[in-house]
Amino acid sequence: MPVDIDIAKVAKLARLALSPEALAEYDSQLQDILAHAERVGALPTEGVPPTSHPLPMTNAFRPDEATDSLDREEVLEQAPDREGEYFRVPRILGE
Amino acid sequence: MRGWEAVIGIETHVELQTESKMFCGCPVRFGAEPNTTVCPVCLGLPGALPVPNEEAIERILRIGAAFECTLVEGSLFHRKNYFYPDLPKNYQITQYDLPFCIDGHLDIDVDGDELRVGITRVHMEEDTGKSIHGSESGRIHDAKFSLLDFNRAGVPLVEIVSEPDIRTPEQARAYAAELQRVVRSLGVSDARLEEGSVRFDANISVRRVGADEFGTRAEVKNMNSLRSLQRAIAYEIDRQIALIESGAAVVQDTRHWDEGSGKTTSMRSKEESEDYRYFQEPDLVPLHVDQPWRDRVFASLPELPAIRRHRITAAGVDRQAAAVMVEAGDLADLYDEAVSLGAEPRTVGNWLSGDVVAYLRRNETSLADTHLRPDHLYELATMVGEGALSSTAAKDVLARVLAGEGSPAAVAEQYDLLQISDAGALEAEVDAVLAGNPDVVAKLRAGDMKPVGFLVGQVMRATGGKADPRIVSDLIRTRAAAG
Amino acid sequence: MSDLADLAVREAASLMRRGDVSSLEITNAVIDRAGVTESHLHAYLTFNQDAARAAAGEADAARAAGRNGGLFHGIPIALKDNLTTRGTETTAGSKILSGYVPPYSATVVNRLRDRYAVILGKTNLDEFAMGSSTENSAYGPTRNPWDTERVPGGSSGGSAAAVAVGSALAALGSDTGGSIRQPASLCGIVGVKPTYGLVSRYGLIAFASSLDQIGPFARTVGDAAGLLEAIAGHDIHDATSYRGDVPPISTALQTGVAGMKIGVVKELSGDGIDHEVAAACRAMYSKLETAGARVTEVSLPASETALSAYYLIAPAEASANLARFDGVRYGLRVDGDTTEEMMARTRAEGFGPEVARRILLGTYALSAGYYDAFYGQAQKVRTLVRRDFEAAYEDVDVLVSPTSPTTAFPIGERIADPLSMYYADVCTIASNLAGDPSGSVPISLDSAGLPIGLQIMAPALHEEQLFRVAAEVERLAEFRQRPELATSEVRPA
Repeated sequence: MPVDIDIAKVAKLARLALSPEALAEYDSQLQDILAHAERVGALPTEGVPPTSHPLPMTNAFRPDEATDSLDREEVLEQAPDREGEYFRVPRILGE
Repeated sequence: MRGWEAVIGIETHVELQTESKMFCGCPVRFGAEPNTTVCPVCLGLPGALPVPNEEAIERILRIGAAFECTLVEGSLFHRKNYFYPDLPKNYQITQYDLPFCIDGHLDIDVDGDELRVGITRVHMEEDTGKSIHGSESGRIHDAKFSLLDFNRAGVPLVEIVSEPDIRTPEQARAYAAELQRVVRSLGVSDARLEEGSVRFDANISVRRVGADEFGTRAEVKNMNSLRSLQRAIAYEIDRQIALIESGAAVVQDTRHWDEGSGKTTSMRSKEESEDYRYFQEPDLVPLHVDQPWRDRVFASLPELPAIRRHRITAAGVDRQAAAVMVEAGDLADLYDEAVSLGAEPRTVGNWLSGDVVAYLRRNETSLADTHLRPDHLYELATMVGEGALSSTAAKDVLARVLAGEGSPAAVAEQYDLLQISDAGALEAEVDAVLAGNPDVVAKLRAGDMKPVGFLVGQVMRATGGKADPRIVSDLIRTRAAAG
Repeated sequence: MSDLADLAVREAASLMRRGDVSSLEITNAVIDRAGVTESHLHAYLTFNQDAARAAAGEADAARAAGRNGGLFHGIPIALKDNLTTRGTETTAGSKILSGYVPPYSATVVNRLRDRYAVILGKTNLDEFAMGSSTENSAYGPTRNPWDTERVPGGSSGGSAAAVAVGSALAALGSDTGGSIRQPASLCGIVGVKPTYGLVSRYGLIAFASSLDQIGPFARTVGDAAGLLEAIAGHDIHDATSYRGDVPPISTALQTGVAGMKIGVVKELSGDGIDHEVAAACRAMYSKLETAGARVTEVSLPASETALSAYYLIAPAEASANLARFDGVRYGLRVDGDTTEEMMARTRAEGFGPEVARRILLGTYALSAGYYDAFYGQAQKVRTLVRRDFEAAYEDVDVLVSPTSPTTAFPIGERIADPLSMYYADVCTIASNLAGDPSGSVPISLDSAGLPIGLQIMAPALHEEQLFRVAAEVERLAEFRQRPELATSEVRPA
């Protein structure tokens, strides 16, 4: 059964600026992979809870204590673009 | 808006003032130098992992408990996926279908009318960084670039979602104000709009009165005072009604309130609706808030503002005075302490909500920085009650006590403000005045009691205002009748 | 004495303890070995000779001053380049992190440094650990030391090749669906994926958070046990880190398998398994029986669907984990007129095809309208996989299977066919879904002279059972061969 994929929309959601050719190729590969992946639907899972986590743990917390932050220069040195004490990015289209 | 009804729900974001951020140890500090309270976790560096702050969770549970929410036994963190440069990981750790607190309410009072607003949910999330837009207006639209400061990224943020139970801009304002009071009373955040530690977004739609269906709603953001919240909602209601009446339709969108122009403008249409791809945060384990923990949270709640106002009003204090004191918190604390020493509630309430507030405003100071103590209020109220001090003189004494000049008794003594309420000491003064005004005395004897006030005034002048006017009045009446 | 680069860690450690040899001498021997082998293999992305010599010198000085960091004191080791290292470029094999120098180190790196281990450098991997051949590295493939026309497996192919050839005595890798065990198998060494949560993931550049685990590569089972003990244990910086005691691993090595119940996974014995691989494994099962174990066949019915579930869960988590690479704070930026455009261009340019494919796949599997059919359903299958294991472990102590359905395959053979590449993980991924420990031990060579590995799986937090059987397999296999590129034979401790 062919899988319904709007590959351009998926690429936009994933913030990947892909060429039409690349999109077409990914589309066909995803069709193949998802055709396989659809097998997960073949197993009887009525009443089966999902597993998100392999270990049965709860309540891993840390105490509310302030620790040292990073050195600003060390952080900003890695920035592709900066202005003074800030990271700089091109204009933002809107929220 | 005749024939129309507005339906309003409010989403509130409260930044918790914990020592450290939600998922890392960076300090929570307003006004720090840009990009100085950041670490691998809150900057979203490769490989970094979040670990929840236990105190933040304790605090959100207190907020939920204050709204009488159900505290959910098993809750989860999810990832909300969207790209935005102020969101370091390009997903926000938040809660989805299993938040910490659900199904609560907040009772508000709008000009004496009580309204119960449902609280759908209270959930925990992390705040984003801040962007500064490189344009003259500082607005995003005409900016050529933006600068990013991640100090705020990861600050614990509590989202409180109301039911669409609000109908008017006034109710919305009352809801927001009462919510702020509750949060402050819990000591979890100062909830200041100006500093952004509380933010209100309003979901607004309109419908014909009597309609069951909701209209298409718009979300309005960027209100940075209670007044602008009220104005923005009023504007938006009018806009939507005008739109529909002109034959057009309301488009579901997110709108920006502009304080200067007094208008809302569209930021983005919800048509290109976000697909946030929520899924359970795999870097965090589930949360289990068991019954003993939930009981502990409820037991730890302080007296909430509405209950406190009720109690203070019931003791005889004016509603307005009680509201002012509870709003400020520290004034109500001082009130409670003075009253517990035996001070007369109504008098103390009036001083605190009136004279003290005026003093603080005039001197741009805070209660903690004055010298006023609960025993001072008790002493002062007792002096007035016993007639040792006139209520006018008491206000003078209070101001001097606030300024640190000493206890009420010492101040009254020092400035010679004590009232003469000993009848024996006043008899001579009264007799002298009566002797000097025979025609007035004659009127009294003829049964015309109106000039008593005039004679009292004469005695007061003669005693430099220190005589107790009630006693003087009594003396005049008895002596005139006897003569 | 043979070349110091071929010493097992335990041998090297005892030589250093006795004062017969220094860390600097061992480190120099390994650096020399790398000088010969790197041009053939490309196991490393960053090789810090000077820093390694300096660290070796410090380790020797610390020892002279009476300090003892334990088994790995002075031992030259390699780190997969998805482990973040303060001051040393960390790329995860991706162009998008080219030039990125982290301001902090992973917890495991700190633990090893604290124990005076000598860090040689960062090894090659499939970009963001996505792959089974190390061909998906943006910096070119690593080659298999046994046959340089073939892949070393992946994604930790650089670490596996380095340990196999002697350009490190041991190494760390990460395993999300088999990325330690499969390259260990293809390179003829030992590799272990510990129980999920036993080793802190803090500083491991995430691929799929609920599946990723850091683990050891070594040439002997004992060395792998020692390395795991050095890095395991609770970490406050990882909320998924296990809070209890680390299982007693090294003490289990000499116990033998007499009386143990070993289950052979039925679904991983026949179809799809290369017949030489299957035969080698069967021969080992017989030897284990002879050594006193009771060997029975066990069925894991859901395991056939496990691969499908894995290829939904892992990409879904990855699609979010890799969202942070956006050109704003670090790494590559490709300019754009707007931030949105800059991000989309940076990501299209910075991610290789396999990573982009998985991001798209994961984004799709989580998106509105498809979540239940794909991601949600895959998580339910994950539950079934766990239940299969739980049921199996009621009857047996450990499970065994081939680690990889085939021996090392030629470079380029599968790169254009994602599904055939994904099939390389068919034996290994169920342990990741279950969160259980699992390891690979070399047992023999096939007729082409390529290594075959046996996979041993144990219940969560029962590493001691895994190592008990692994040590016996090592003794029974008497696997002494080394690739030609290495000069001499390895001797187990």
